[in-house]
Amino acid sequence: MMDLFNILVTESFWAASLRIASPLIFGVLGALICERAGVLNLGIEGIFVVGAMCGWMAVWLGAGLWGGVLVAALAGGLFGLLHAFLTVPLGLSQHVSGLGITLFATSVSYFTYRTALPNVSSPPRIEPFQPMDVPILSDLPFLGPVLFQQTALTWLALLMVALVWYVMDRTALGVALKAVGDNPDSVDAQGLSVYALRIWAIVAGSAMMALGGAFLTMSAFDAFFFGMVNGRGWVCIALVIFASWRPGKALLGALLFGAFDALQVRLQTEMGALVPGQVFLMAPYILSIVALVIAARSADYPRALLTPWFKGQR
Amino acid sequence: MIRIEPRENPSRAFALGIPVLSALIALALAAIPLLAAGANPIAAYGQMLKGVFGSVFAISEMLTRATPLIFTGLAAALAFRAKLWNIGAEGQLYLGAMAAVAVGSGLLDISGVLLVPLVIVMGAAAGAAGMVAPTYLKVRFGADEVVTTLLLNFIILIFLQMMLEGPLQDPMSLGWPQSAPILDQGVLPPLMDRMRVHSGLIIGLVLAAAAQFMLVRSVWGFKLRAVGENAPAARHAGINVNRSLFGVAAISGALAGLAGVSEVAGLKGYLTTDLSPGFGYTGIVVAMLAGLSPAGVVIAALFIASVFVGADSMSRAMGVSSFLADLVVSMSLLCVLIGGFLAKFRIERTGRRGAKA
Repeated sequence: MMDLFNILVTESFWAASLRIASPLIFGVLGALICERAGVLNLGIEGIFVVGAMCGWMAVWLGAGLWGGVLVAALAGGLFGLLHAFLTVPLGLSQHVSGLGITLFATSVSYFTYRTALPNVSSPPRIEPFQPMDVPILSDLPFLGPVLFQQTALTWLALLMVALVWYVMDRTALGVALKAVGDNPDSVDAQGLSVYALRIWAIVAGSAMMALGGAFLTMSAFDAFFFGMVNGRGWVCIALVIFASWRPGKALLGALLFGAFDALQVRLQTEMGALVPGQVFLMAPYILSIVALVIAARSADYPRALLTPWFKGQR
Repeated sequence: MIRIEPRENPSRAFALGIPVLSALIALALAAIPLLAAGANPIAAYGQMLKGVFGSVFAISEMLTRATPLIFTGLAAALAFRAKLWNIGAEGQLYLGAMAAVAVGSGLLDISGVLLVPLVIVMGAAAGAAGMVAPTYLKVRFGADEVVTTLLLNFIILIFLQMMLEGPLQDPMSLGWPQSAPILDQGVLPPLMDRMRVHSGLIIGLVLAAAAQFMLVRSVWGFKLRAVGENAPAARHAGINVNRSLFGVAAISGALAGLAGVSEVAGLKGYLTTDLSPGFGYTGIVVAMLAGLSPAGVVIAALFIASVFVGADSMSRAMGVSSFLADLVVSMSLLCVLIGGFLAKFRIERTGRRGAKA
């Protein structure tokens, strides 16, 4: 028990939690935006792959780190547009379309990577985002290493939480967005376009998801690997339910998941001799299911989630 | 302006033609990545055809590849008919394979007449358990089965690594994470001499026929379809919706488990963590191409298997990445989705231009 306490008070543990949470923050926010507009986006896992691959490749080709971030977001938005086309005007099954996007986005990314780099044994590396060293602040005890020695992309993730919260809760756009996921008829009655709101929400949400992928290749690691997303997208779909579609709770959920993941890595090194390491590796996924089971009963799903809407049909 | 109108009588020709057309369009679209990779598409398609139908060996390889896809395709088709989103066939496949090697690789040294059925039943039961559990979480707690089955895939894969480095590890494997081989008498026999195609294919075909009959002709199938089309109405009509869901969950999981049994006891002999290159996920595409019809699953599985085997052979000959196959498979899913829309609705021009005409 003492060991656990010792882990929980270290700066490096909390710094790692925030670092692991960062891609999930982007992912949960992206899923949240789509679902608030009434559309489930199971393309998330594949859009993570696209963001990771495109962001990395843009930097590798010389676009610069922020250029890579932009390319990743645009690529994610493009796949979001495809999902939007299939699910909004055509009103096709959001489940199947999303899974199709995941398969398509993943295979496009893998094929492109393999075609551009046919014969590499070890993946080429880029110079990723470095931890920022904010003057004075990063020297603060505890808070300094945890908050102010993260990379710029972690800060972008935290900024996005604030931005999404502000738009959702404080602007007319946010009101319209939430209404289109709850009661599209009322939005239509006010003369707003249900189609346009939903399509743009999916594009924006997908661009956000792709940033989560970009974090993996441009901040967490410095190269692209097959299978590197490893279910992070699906975890976000569980976390958004846990967060009851609120940006603040989404941040909390991602941080809890990050803390748990950071903890299992440390416990694995401490107790590896007693318990097989896989028990710890499994734990974050099991935690996600447990969180879902706890949250599901009281989950207040956007009322029009999964329901297609056609103009002129009530 | 454009208006979307439902077609009055969606024709049967559409229902059959759309999947075929979608598959062909997806194959044609593959010319774009082929050109991007610097290959001549005509030569590449020729190479693919030769790789699938060029010899008895090639056809045997294609049928071998189709076998697990028939099982996972059926698993998805039946569950999706009831609107039970089983995306966990990949994990259930590994549960089935683990159960198969657990009983089949030396625990019981009994006659093949007993061992083969035992391996099959244990594998099916393990797969079924892998889908009944998330269905329970759905029915009891309202936990979305899409998310739980997806996450279970990852949990089961890690569990598999643990088993292959622990209780299921072959003591003779020199530390490699692999299981002991299935005993000789427990192996599903091959169908042709010196070929890899094995009797798992026959099991798959029989189960597809049985599923088709059950779905279309039996009361069980009628209830299943009623639950899928409108659960509240089905409940109102006195159908026990939960019982239907658990029933189809068990069958769907069992079918996915059998894919694992068939791969391990029919093809590979022993279990490793790369037994399946995503057969569970590809099964979803197979089911959608089949229009969720069990008979159609067989045809769709043969098509998807041809794409994989053909692309592999083309890839070896021409140096184009074999991820091309995954690309074609995912594009055929998107094409069949759009095609299904066009079969149900027609798009009409209305508004200003229409009014003047």
